[in-house]
Amino acid sequence: MFTYTVRRLLLAIPTLLIISLIIFLLLDLAPGDPTAQLPLTIPPEVKEKIRQSLGLGEPIHVRYFLWLKQFLVAEPLHVFDNLFGTHFADGMQRVISWQTRSPVADIVAQRLPQTLWVVGMSYVVGVLIALPIGIISAYKQYSWFDQIGTFISMLGFSVPTFFTGVLLIVIFAVNLGWFPSIYDTTHVVDSWDAFVFQVRQMIMPVMVLALYNAAQISRFMRASMLDNLGQDYVRTARAKGMSEKVVVLIHVLRNSMIPVITVIALGVPQIFGGAIITEQVFKVNGLGQLLITAIYANDIPMVQTLTFIFAVLIVLFNLIADILYGILDPRIRYD
Amino acid sequence: MTDTAPQITEEAFRRPRNQWWDVWDQFRTHKGALVGFIIFITIMVAVLIGPYLWTIDPGYIDIRARNQGPTLAHPLGTDQLGRDMLARMMAGGKVSVAVGVTSMALSLILGTLIGVLAGYFKKLDGPLMRFTDLFLALPLLPLLLVMVMLFREALSSRFGPETGIFILMVTAIGITSWMQTARIVRGDVLALKEREFVLAARSIGTPSYRMILRHILPNVMSPVMVSATLGIASAIITESSLSFLGLGFPPDFPTWGRLLFDAVDYLNQYPERVFWPGLAISLTVLSVNYIGDGLRDALDPRIRGR
Repeated sequence: MFTYTVRRLLLAIPTLLIISLIIFLLLDLAPGDPTAQLPLTIPPEVKEKIRQSLGLGEPIHVRYFLWLKQFLVAEPLHVFDNLFGTHFADGMQRVISWQTRSPVADIVAQRLPQTLWVVGMSYVVGVLIALPIGIISAYKQYSWFDQIGTFISMLGFSVPTFFTGVLLIVIFAVNLGWFPSIYDTTHVVDSWDAFVFQVRQMIMPVMVLALYNAAQISRFMRASMLDNLGQDYVRTARAKGMSEKVVVLIHVLRNSMIPVITVIALGVPQIFGGAIITEQVFKVNGLGQLLITAIYANDIPMVQTLTFIFAVLIVLFNLIADILYGILDPRIRYD
Repeated sequence: MTDTAPQITEEAFRRPRNQWWDVWDQFRTHKGALVGFIIFITIMVAVLIGPYLWTIDPGYIDIRARNQGPTLAHPLGTDQLGRDMLARMMAGGKVSVAVGVTSMALSLILGTLIGVLAGYFKKLDGPLMRFTDLFLALPLLPLLLVMVMLFREALSSRFGPETGIFILMVTAIGITSWMQTARIVRGDVLALKEREFVLAARSIGTPSYRMILRHILPNVMSPVMVSATLGIASAIITESSLSFLGLGFPPDFPTWGRLLFDAVDYLNQYPERVFWPGLAISLTVLSVNYIGDGLRDALDPRIRGR
């Protein structure tokens, strides 16, 4: 197991390098110039100097390695310095956003809590909804509960999140006025009323994403339970005279959770991607919204960094899912 | 021995039943799939034939009739420039479905090609599957957004705003959604390769390309068809998400996602304008997903006839 983990970790490095190269080249070779938006009154020599100062004069491979060094060495060192008050990264250049002229990592750090709160919460809620639905649907296969569950999960992944979001806003914010339609990120929770307000403003975005996540996970849970319910060990357990509760909730559930846990792990990075739309609908200024504004503003360092962060998350959670699978299921031995 | 000659009945001479009838019979037993099929056909008819019956130009601006509610002249009302919503819905549907079908076709061709090559030729298996894994590890929605943003101007000036964006959308969605198909096809091809009929075909000296075209491809048709239907659904969702984020077709060119995006600005005053395009997207995707579900059962000969 240990050698497998090490091998997978080593394999993740070239994958990430190639992905970073793809992201770098896609943005670099594409038409579109960061200086194109500057006023035409700026003389060409000055414009050329601006391009040089942005680091656009060097050949592509030099810029790629410089970017990689900045991203993989300089930025983590700066973060480390900030956390522990050391001075390892003094004099190293940071990745600067072209929009705000401040380091990209700082802006990401500002935006991260909002995304983690809303998206993370919705994923937890989604999983909590999905598991019981999956278990009951499988145990009572083809019952009315199962039929409704199937239909709702079908709805969950057919109705796009931007429509459910907008629909919820129309019903609960415009018509009923229960919840605010815009997420207020400057809100500080310092009293009970403030807490209630925070909950109220989080309900809609969290529910939209939770429905979407629950739809997929409950399907996997149901399929996995159905696979296990027909197995011989279930009949043995029943023959031994165990109660139905013990059979389903201990014997079957434990075995069915193995693939579901890996699916849950695999879904974590996807929620960051899917949250781009929900953040846009509810005006949550998290990472997804940051990406959209950066794309609109042609802010290449920001877009590169964010896309690469998403890629790192995907590779990381793929790794976690594979290793978890090996740990949870003793039948699977990779080496 | 002559008196025990086999009784040749009328039955034996009848032409064998086309296998697609069996598939249809099984498909009909799946209620959701049948309803989905009917809804999908209805939407298709409305979108394709509708404009010939409802002849108002979707781009015609009648500023005096703006922001109208549903009337006989405009059953779904008009938008902020007085354009007829029903006509725009039909025009938008045509584009959305066209993008969905074309990019599905592209991703299917790519996925099947890579899947068959990886499954059939042992040497290519490793590299091609690593390539697929690499694509699966890419953050797709951010990359799609980046691609659209970067290549939009260039393609618009080359092919005109509408065709350019159409090409961009279809290519972008196509090359980011072939991976699942490739994996499924590869798995099936690997299993098929061990079967006797493949061995028999190889022992009479069938060359590889004919082997693939005659023996492998027809046998992987059913998973490919199922992923085709699901591919249409996800392509429609992706296209409308991009349009919803403002990175899709140009503003005067209606698609369902674009109509929804435009209507969000008037959410407080005219919430019904959000409802129709959203409903159209959801219904189409839902029906296509149900069709895929039914098709999966219908194309599986182990389930059929039970």
